[in-house]
Amino acid sequence: MSEIRNYTMNFGPQHPAAHGVLRLILELDGETIVRADPHIGLLHRATEKLAESKPYNQTVGYLDRLDYMSMMCNEHAYVRAIEQLLGIELPPRAQYIRTMFDELTRFSNHLLWIASCGLDLGAMSMFMYAFREREMVMDMYEAVSGARMHAGYYRPGGVYRDLPEEMPLYKETPWTRGKDLKRRNEWREGSLLDFVEAFAKDVPSKIDVYETLLTDNRIWKQRTVNIGVVSPERALQMGFSGVMLRGSGIEWDLRKKQPYAMYDQVDFDIPVGVNGDCYDRYLVRVEEMRQSARIILQCVDWLRKNPGHVMLKNFKIAPPNREEMKDDMEALIHHFKLFTEGYCVPVGETYAAVEAPKGEFGCYLVSDGANKPFRIHFRAPGFAHLSGMDEMTQGHMLADAVAIISTLDLVFGEVDR
Amino acid sequence: MSDTSKSVAELFVSRFGDSVTVGATQSGIMSLDIGVEHWLEVCRALRDEEDFGYEQLTDLCGVDYLGYGQSEWETEHASSGGFSRGVDRLGPGRFDWADRPEADQVEQRFGVVAHLISFRHNKRLRIQCFAPDEGMPIVPSLVEIWNSANWYEREAFDLFGIVFEGHPDLRRILTDYGFTGHPFRKDFPLIGNVAVRYDSLKKRVVYEPVEIEPRVLVPRVLRSDTRYKTDEVDLAVEAPASPEQADSGEAN
Repeated sequence: MSEIRNYTMNFGPQHPAAHGVLRLILELDGETIVRADPHIGLLHRATEKLAESKPYNQTVGYLDRLDYMSMMCNEHAYVRAIEQLLGIELPPRAQYIRTMFDELTRFSNHLLWIASCGLDLGAMSMFMYAFREREMVMDMYEAVSGARMHAGYYRPGGVYRDLPEEMPLYKETPWTRGKDLKRRNEWREGSLLDFVEAFAKDVPSKIDVYETLLTDNRIWKQRTVNIGVVSPERALQMGFSGVMLRGSGIEWDLRKKQPYAMYDQVDFDIPVGVNGDCYDRYLVRVEEMRQSARIILQCVDWLRKNPGHVMLKNFKIAPPNREEMKDDMEALIHHFKLFTEGYCVPVGETYAAVEAPKGEFGCYLVSDGANKPFRIHFRAPGFAHLSGMDEMTQGHMLADAVAIISTLDLVFGEVDR
Repeated sequence: MSDTSKSVAELFVSRFGDSVTVGATQSGIMSLDIGVEHWLEVCRALRDEEDFGYEQLTDLCGVDYLGYGQSEWETEHASSGGFSRGVDRLGPGRFDWADRPEADQVEQRFGVVAHLISFRHNKRLRIQCFAPDEGMPIVPSLVEIWNSANWYEREAFDLFGIVFEGHPDLRRILTDYGFTGHPFRKDFPLIGNVAVRYDSLKKRVVYEPVEIEPRVLVPRVLRSDTRYKTDEVDLAVEAPASPEQADSGEAN
């Protein structure tokens, strides 16, 4: 009788369900996974080392490219670390803008997640619906920062500029005109805040559409219920955070437990799962989208009533505006110093974490008093989640590995850094 | 800082005695220096004992303290002709593989820093230890205590060459297969060592020495002043312009 051996299979690095550049070495017994060994680092760009050679502000742009699905949340962790060491406090309007954009980011991240997870598990139309809404969030990003994805909008001391008073409108083209054009521009007639409000008010109805497609869908449930179950104890041991932790029934959300920005001023709930399987994590994410919409509406309301500064008026850290520069020599000197040398951050080390859509995104910063960080380390949620992949997939079928990779919500920009 | 952090510090000292040194508290996170010989024992107590209860290791990374606190741009004297200026020393990003600086004998060069969370007390803690020998830094592995340390330790091994004793699977994780060196060490060039490209004549991927020039646009300077606080001078300048602006400035 011939010897029976396990079959080793290579999955990725170019595979539509690998969500980027994951290479997975799977050891299979028939179609059952015995061992999964993820090989990562194909997108390693040494962001942390690059940051050591640049003044603080120049690194903000690299942060967008870590988790490139939740750009502003990454920036938030980084600028918060710097602000902690500098010991500065921000104008409240900047904090509210950050809270609002963090939630918009969370919403767009979960949209992308639901789209790609649906695609992986055979619900193709989800992708179209989710991207329709995600486009609106991209437009908000563009209106506020000029870039659709890599915004670079948060700066130490506040946000780069105030919310615009008007939204760009769609122009008439041979394909979009008349009623179509009017429909597309319907929400965009007013300011950005009007647009955000109209969008956030409409969000629950859109989420209902997704839920009609998925929540009670038999195929969806067959692919996700009882797949990749993580017990709360194991979730803690494996360093999980965010939805991966809440899906397993641990009520832990940094926005509530260690509030930052204006999260202690807004009202929202934390959804928690029960079984810790892929289906529960799906439900948690969907509910989080609804809660995000709630937070966004509260922020819009506050921002409408309270105009003011969005950037600290301290020229040692934040640059003066062009007008001031033209007639104030001090301002000109400050501008020159800031853009040639930057600012020095006092000696010390700090760790700032935010509840990014994927989990806890942290920034550990060591400063030796220079204008560049001495060492910076980004704690990416996806890295810890992927390290639990082996344990989660053991005993599952090959096709379930796809569902599990999907609910880990991986983005290789942050896993590989 | 506050009373609570003081009492927590006392708790650490009374429980662990000389094996730990309580460091500064920044933004509510206390840091604890642990002697490398007590690393495992203290960590186990931090996880298991009710007073501490740090159930999760959220983050672990290596730090290379070579060149800590060194400036590249110092003004030594001023004359009627101007200031003495000019970049000296090989700071991060300024050297290539051939010119990489000889690592001085730095005591406590490689540190391992971990961040813990206690969910039941809603507290964070930073623990760190230094590898005793900078030539071959060895630190006991925490994988047994917190499983999440597994990949983080692989990363610190890959990037800094810190060997974690007792780690079940200490392989490189982020760098290329067959990579030599530890890229996040301060004496490793920012531009790297070899570049990879596809050679259409040889019909395979070839490794070549990098050709890019090391280039740093902004020198590293150290300034120890406290002017970054929103001080009265700034407020005074702002105040007459418009009353609103005082809001933003009243941070301190």
